[in-house]
Amino acid sequence: MNSMERVLTAMSHKEPDRVPFVISVTMQGARELGLSIKDYYSKAEHVVEAQMRMFAKYRHDALNPTFYGALELEAWGSETRFRDDGPPNAGPPLVTKLDDITKLVPPKIEDAPRLQEALKALRLMKSKVGETVPVLGVVISPFSAPVMQLGFDRYLELLFTRPDLFERLMALNEEFCVAWANAQLAAGATAIAYADPVSSTTIITREMYLKTGWQVAKRVLARIKGGVATHFASGNSLGILPDVMQTGTVAVGVSALEDLAAIKAVCRGKLAVMGNLNAITMRHWTPAQAVAEVKTAMAKAGPGGGYVLSDNHGEIPWQVPDEILLVIADAVLTWGRYPLAWVAQEVAA
Amino acid sequence: MPEQATVVEEFERALLAVDTLEAQRLVAGNGADATPMKVVDTLIAPALERIGEKWERGTAALSQVYMAGRICEGLVAKLLPPGSPERLARPKLAIAVLEDFHFLGKNLVLSALRASGFDPLDFGHADVETLVKRVRDEGIEVLMISTLMLPSALRVKELRAQLAAAGLRVKLVVGGAPFRFDPLLWREVGADACGQNALEAIEIVRDLLKAAGDGRTGP
Repeated sequence: MNSMERVLTAMSHKEPDRVPFVISVTMQGARELGLSIKDYYSKAEHVVEAQMRMFAKYRHDALNPTFYGALELEAWGSETRFRDDGPPNAGPPLVTKLDDITKLVPPKIEDAPRLQEALKALRLMKSKVGETVPVLGVVISPFSAPVMQLGFDRYLELLFTRPDLFERLMALNEEFCVAWANAQLAAGATAIAYADPVSSTTIITREMYLKTGWQVAKRVLARIKGGVATHFASGNSLGILPDVMQTGTVAVGVSALEDLAAIKAVCRGKLAVMGNLNAITMRHWTPAQAVAEVKTAMAKAGPGGGYVLSDNHGEIPWQVPDEILLVIADAVLTWGRYPLAWVAQEVAA
Repeated sequence: MPEQATVVEEFERALLAVDTLEAQRLVAGNGADATPMKVVDTLIAPALERIGEKWERGTAALSQVYMAGRICEGLVAKLLPPGSPERLARPKLAIAVLEDFHFLGKNLVLSALRASGFDPLDFGHADVETLVKRVRDEGIEVLMISTLMLPSALRVKELRAQLAAAGLRVKLVVGGAPFRFDPLLWREVGADACGQNALEAIEIVRDLLKAAGDGRTGP
């Protein structure tokens, strides 16, 4: 099986030849090419070259040529702060007074040079791998983007005290999000990762989710012309998974702080699961520990398919040693062959 | 008159529902024959503690913890205006976000501290050099650092080194997502303590007061 066949088989809740896996390397491409992170993201060609090299190195099952979360905010007029040891971050919030939401205008994808650069990376990547490897696109959900647009605390005040402005902001963000997702699909993305940490039960209650993030997700996913995987970016989701299934998403990225077996029990046959290696502690894992973590995750979520092994955040920190990422890759290739017979043997033992 | 435990439960419910008016009504009803500090001690702080415990058990969400703290901060600001002699001026406390622009955690702890009668300084967003200067200039005894990103959390190590090089014996308390995902990280970066949530942050400050032999245990 090639990576596309492997991932699609897993997504349809069947067992492929082995557990598919994604090492979520993004800014590590800069290290690969000997560039600063800022220089690295200045050209689509850098991202494509590095993703291809890392694909060969880790032998994993997807390419992620999208840039970084703050890229979307640049299109809205925000600045991005680069650093040498971590992902680029959005600078100070774009909106400092809630009433200024009424002045926001969603950017047009065709007028945003940095979004165009990211689309170029997708096109180049697609031309290299065709239909053999999934190429991921990514959007920040309209419900989670205000954390960067307003700042988290101001956004929570909006959510609880200004329903009128909240609805207005969602309408603006939904237009942008749908256009950005569909532009990525048109440029060659196989599917879209919908990053929605604010909808997690870490941040809001289920009751609030059903009134807000869930409604947004249902509206947006219905308009995205391709498969969508929802990612809670380290946030908890166990308490809302039956609701998440109803948004039209095909997969869910889950937290290291929740039990993967419990998540799998809810999702089995209905929603594919991605996760949930702890990308923060990974920094000081020993090789033996890395193998054990991979085996534990596969034992809990692998049987029956419907599972893609990855980290819990969708982005491996800069500080995680390459040696450990290679051990993780080797462990999946060694232990991830279906039917995962060792799982039953180890449980019996 | 209802039992105090019942009033605390009602107050907690109002906070979890982000019902500011009901919270105000309960504080007004409770404060008729009590000192402001007693209202903080017997109503506001216990309710915030219960909400903090619910957050740890996963039965309350971060947005509720934050909004509860904001409501209580507003209520306590009326009972005990900033600079009020009843507020706890010691330890000299400050809180900051190191390097990035994620303010929620800092503001959450800031609100909880103020709602518990402490009088912390808000250093906002700052780099290592600025923090060392402000700690020295303002005689800070406890510096609380909030981070969201792992690289920012790792910068605490540099902050600790520069504070030590400047001869500043400030207690360094850290918190934020990287410390929740990696329980060993706070020791690695040289912090004196780690608050997994706002409740723990307050307990740490109280413990530091006790350890310093201040004679007070805080609110």
